[in-house]
Amino acid sequence: MIINHPILGPRDSQEFVYLGDASLMTRPDGMTAGIEEFHDWLYNRDNPAGLHRELWYHEQGDRSWLVVTRNTVTHEITSVELARDVARKMGRSK
Amino acid sequence: MRPSVGQHCKQVLNRSKGGAGMRYSGFRVIAEALTGHKGWKPVWRDPAPQAEYDYIVVGGGGHGLATAYYLAKEFRQARIAVLEKGYLGGGSVGRNTTIIRSNYILDGNEPFYEFSLKLWEGLEQDFNYNAMVSQRGILNLIHTDAQRDAFVRRGNAMMLNGADATLLDREQIRAMYPWLNFDNARFPIKGGLAQKRGGTVRHDAVAWGYARGADLRGVDLIQNCEVTGMRIENGRIKGVETTRGYIGAKKVGVAVAGSSSRVMAHAGMRLPMESHVLQAFVSEGLKPLIDGVMTFGAGHFYVSQSDKGGLVFGGDIDGYNSYAQRGNLPVIEDVAEGGMALMPAIGRARLLRTWGGIMDMSMDGSPIIDRTHVEGLYFNGGWCYGGFKATPASGWCFAHLMAKDEPHKTATAYRFDRFLKGLMIDEKGQGAQPNLH
Repeated sequence: MIINHPILGPRDSQEFVYLGDASLMTRPDGMTAGIEEFHDWLYNRDNPAGLHRELWYHEQGDRSWLVVTRNTVTHEITSVELARDVARKMGRSK
Repeated sequence: MRPSVGQHCKQVLNRSKGGAGMRYSGFRVIAEALTGHKGWKPVWRDPAPQAEYDYIVVGGGGHGLATAYYLAKEFRQARIAVLEKGYLGGGSVGRNTTIIRSNYILDGNEPFYEFSLKLWEGLEQDFNYNAMVSQRGILNLIHTDAQRDAFVRRGNAMMLNGADATLLDREQIRAMYPWLNFDNARFPIKGGLAQKRGGTVRHDAVAWGYARGADLRGVDLIQNCEVTGMRIENGRIKGVETTRGYIGAKKVGVAVAGSSSRVMAHAGMRLPMESHVLQAFVSEGLKPLIDGVMTFGAGHFYVSQSDKGGLVFGGDIDGYNSYAQRGNLPVIEDVAEGGMALMPAIGRARLLRTWGGIMDMSMDGSPIIDRTHVEGLYFNGGWCYGGFKATPASGWCFAHLMAKDEPHKTATAYRFDRFLKGLMIDEKGQGAQPNLH
């Protein structure tokens, strides 16, 4: 698979480390969330057959985190964003 | 042939005509050979779904068929159906590398896998079908002193649970496989842990044997029947919507590893697992080279040789969520490198086939056999890439849970709530990162 890095252009997916569902970016607030909510965030997944937003880390490159939208049935990648930009759009500072 | 409870008269009639009910024997093979093989009949019926069953097992793979078989045979239940979206045995039971073993270390796992290995040992007599169970032994190679310590501990854990384990030194392994790369500069072979009762089984025949055994006991095996919804009222399962219409059921068990998240979403559940693709490989036919199963301890590579001569081998999962049943080239390269590091002699053998299967990769690398929040709905999945060896015990324990509403004694740890309670069964100690298990 080729991941079209927003800064570096097309890169082989072998340069990346895969983490999983991009929902891992939205960790519950440890001061207010209960154990059930944390359990759900850490262990449970939607695991869709079809479009999946997922986190890839460019370990053998610029060490940026990317949010890749990929079809889990065809492996086709339809969009690649910097995770930093995604986080900022959610109103976070970084 | 012992008639099972709730047998329908029509089926009994079919049997008396020498149809699906025939029993295999050496005599029968000779008699058929002398009469042009005209007496063989379809091995199971192809029934249309009835309006309602006591038990519905979703998934006509190894685990689902084994569940139905043991429900009927061991737990004396009746009115059972298996619903399969494609054809019987067309999923991972037909796509794996056929290895059986019970070399686990943790208490939650080892008794279960040893139970499974004991069931394998009696399986062919039990369901009267040749599954080519071959206890040719499995050998896990050791490359460092620390690894030897770990394998000694593993072997002791296995023996404590009634399994067999033998620690071999370098010269003993050299006597078995003199052509291995013993003096690899980075990964010299220093010994191995062998389980002589491990081995291989003809994987398709496992599905067929269970299917035939279940059918003989009155189980309806319904193919081309995909579950598209679940009818749940007041927290209780009433039945399932399928591509062949609504089918009512008192109890529904789901054993659809690979597609678990998709099916359980019909009950509003999110599961602690991701679906990943695992590739497997077969070389061209070679002369006898490996008489057992062997694993490389320094990379992820395992290999056995089929009766046709092809080397059957595999390694890591691709590592990203996938439902595609096919993988990509980087893992093929990685597996080939592992093979070459261990056994340079295969360098000129040609790769004949590769394929992929979909695995439920769970959050601790261990499976789940449990009830759900819906009364009468049960779940069996999360087998990661070790489901084949578990097939008999998985079916037995799932049938036990569905019939008696309590877990089998070897499967008490395989609960959904183990992640909430901190009771993970993490053989590799990787944490909640499914692609590392």
